[in-house]
Amino acid sequence: MAIVYQKSKGLTDLEMHYCPGCTHGVIHKLVAEALVDLNLLEHTIGVAPVGCSVFAYNYFNCDMHEAAHGRAPAVATGIKRVLPQNTVFTYQGDGDLAAIGTAEIIHAAMRGEHFTTIFVNNAIYGMTGGQMAPTTLVGQKATTAPHGRDRAHYGQPLHMAEIMATIGGAAYSTRVTVVDMPHMMKARTAIRKAFQMQMEGKGFTFVEVLSTCPTNWGMTPVEALGWVKDTMINEFPLGVFKDADSKEGS
Amino acid sequence: MTHDILISGFGGQGVMAIGKTLAEGGMKEGYEVSWLPSYGPEMRGGTANCSVVISDDMIISPIVLEPTLLIAMNTPSLVKFGPNVIPEGKVFVNSSIVDMAVERTDVSAYYVPTMEIAQKLGNPRVANMVMLGAVNHVTGLLREETVREMLSQLFTGPKANLVELNLEALRMGAACAANDACMIWSNTHEYHD
Amino acid sequence: MSKELWKGNEAIAEAAIRAGCRYFFGYPITPQNEIPEYMSLHLPEAGGVFLQAESEVAAINMVYGAAGSGARVMTSSSSPGISLKQEGISYLAGAELPCVIVNIMRGGPGLGTIQPAQGDYFQATRGGGNGDYRLIVLAPSTIQEACDHVRDAFDIADRYRNPVMILADGMIGQMMEAVEWQPSESRTLPEKTWATVGTGGTRKPNIINSLFIDPNESERHNAHLNEKYDVMRAEEVRYEATIPDDADVLFVAYGTPARLAKAAIRLLAKEGITGGLFRPISLWPFPEKPLNEAASAASVKAVVTVEMSLGQLVDDVKIAVNGVKPVSLCGKAGGIVPTPREVADAALAALGRK
Repeated sequence: MAIVYQKSKGLTDLEMHYCPGCTHGVIHKLVAEALVDLNLLEHTIGVAPVGCSVFAYNYFNCDMHEAAHGRAPAVATGIKRVLPQNTVFTYQGDGDLAAIGTAEIIHAAMRGEHFTTIFVNNAIYGMTGGQMAPTTLVGQKATTAPHGRDRAHYGQPLHMAEIMATIGGAAYSTRVTVVDMPHMMKARTAIRKAFQMQMEGKGFTFVEVLSTCPTNWGMTPVEALGWVKDTMINEFPLGVFKDADSKEGS
Repeated sequence: MTHDILISGFGGQGVMAIGKTLAEGGMKEGYEVSWLPSYGPEMRGGTANCSVVISDDMIISPIVLEPTLLIAMNTPSLVKFGPNVIPEGKVFVNSSIVDMAVERTDVSAYYVPTMEIAQKLGNPRVANMVMLGAVNHVTGLLREETVREMLSQLFTGPKANLVELNLEALRMGAACAANDACMIWSNTHEYHD
Repeated sequence: MSKELWKGNEAIAEAAIRAGCRYFFGYPITPQNEIPEYMSLHLPEAGGVFLQAESEVAAINMVYGAAGSGARVMTSSSSPGISLKQEGISYLAGAELPCVIVNIMRGGPGLGTIQPAQGDYFQATRGGGNGDYRLIVLAPSTIQEACDHVRDAFDIADRYRNPVMILADGMIGQMMEAVEWQPSESRTLPEKTWATVGTGGTRKPNIINSLFIDPNESERHNAHLNEKYDVMRAEEVRYEATIPDDADVLFVAYGTPARLAKAAIRLLAKEGITGGLFRPISLWPFPEKPLNEAASAASVKAVVTVEMSLGQLVDDVKIAVNGVKPVSLCGKAGGIVPTPREVADAALAALGRK
């Protein structure tokens, strides 16, 4: 019998714990496939965050570190400084990266650390039960913002991909999503490019991926995918905000 | 034999350097030594002091509270630490800027016009070496060869000429301390040679 | 070996490089700045990497990453900075990563003062971060000893896969003394087969982790750690005991106060009182049994704890002495160093002579 589809060798055989309709699984797969196809997996060290993807170290089929909440970029810095020839990535959520770990991500980018960050933005704290994130939209309800995020009280969402693009050490900063096949293909390209640029020594590379949280958004999986396309993208526009390669080309 | 030495003055007078030279030289002469600075933001522009202990026995405490020998590079240092010197102790006064005499009669005072002597040598920056020379003459702690060896490591290449200048400052300081006149307070800051 | 005059902080940094430390992550704070400064100049010369981090928190997490990748790595700080590092220290202990952490203590609480103190004793010996874990804590009282401790600390850390802390007060960091560089004993250390350096396609992935979500697994992990701590308790106790047979009073002190206690013993001798000194060198594991034996000597009438804190070391002393003799405290805090006279007077008071 011919094999028409196979789980990536970049992922372990463990069943993932993610909720139905959550796109973490898709993003894991894109990262894993990129590492396999670029022939990097055997020399890769990944850093998992605290948040829904806290168990990512069980899913990626490469050496992994579990970091404290928000500290993945510092941990990755330590690893990459010891192993400059290896591939290093962090996989972080919005609370991890854009709240408690803001200093770490900004300064890793400032130093132009040669690792890749996959930033999964679903505009909410998932694991702890739907609390407000720095990327929660104005008006969006959260368990710590029961009447919706109030601009006067909490300000407006942080746009991390745009922020990273302003930092000299960042070579690549982009925002993608995985809510349908065309977007998935763009995300696939972006993640590959980030790892390639890392290995070419271009600098820090950052891929923000808009993701879903049907459970905490109170939606069905299909509604959640639609909400990303209809609402979330308006707040967080997709696109490439910095690309050291194209700058060199122009 | 244990010398508990306290060196105090303004930041920039070479207080720490006198202490380090004494400590390192003492070590090279085979003594046990320690050097402890006062530290903190108040050091900059304010008063600086360091404790040096030189002993032929194991050094217990590196903190000098009751010095056997005080080097007062400015007036506030003499006012602050003069009373703590042990009876029969020695007080070296930088008479170029200290405008008062040592009132205690149970200690030996040595008045060294470091800046006038340094000026004579054409370089005000060796004033601290003049003081070191005076102290060394009285204590006999360091041999000139030892100091020369240390200076030769410090001043190399284009700065090598500073070795002789510093040694001359050391000798002039020693000559000053050898002169009985140095034990008499004079507010004219005159150099007796 | 010839003697060289070294400032404590710089000597600690040099000792680390000589011990094979090739990675240093830190953040400026007085009175330990000479350590990162020295490392920034000399680590690259030795083929290593120095990095000034954006915070103490980041620095310790860089240590976590580097240690997990198998490197010999160190960080240093002073009291408030060590407080910030506690999260990372707990993770290092939980994930069983070897590293060396230097704390050049200053006065607290809060911003405190930059003058020497020992107020971080509890923090160092009782954990400091969350969870049941232990650090091996070594407390030097001379620059020579600080160098020797740093040299040994890397090997101890590797042997047990555990962070080792050098706990010194600001005085040790700032003073200069003669140092003779001693070659390290060549120990056979376990290979770091657990390190994340890439699988190379030849083995299953290595995972550096302190998360055990299943409480049964978590309990097993804690039990495993505790077995390791029991081995440390049995094999890593260090102390110095200078106790005459006829000692009337027994001082217990570590670091700079141990030196002051020695000066107090000389003062007391002139007054016809014999003093002895028990100096814990490993603050954890604490030399409980040897101290109990020393305090039990018939001539000893009182035990006086001398510390630059207000009643921290004394708790361990009381546990060790276990009521066989009265234990009192001569404590100074906030950056003030007790004088030998004050220490001697505390002994006189304990002996009922004042």
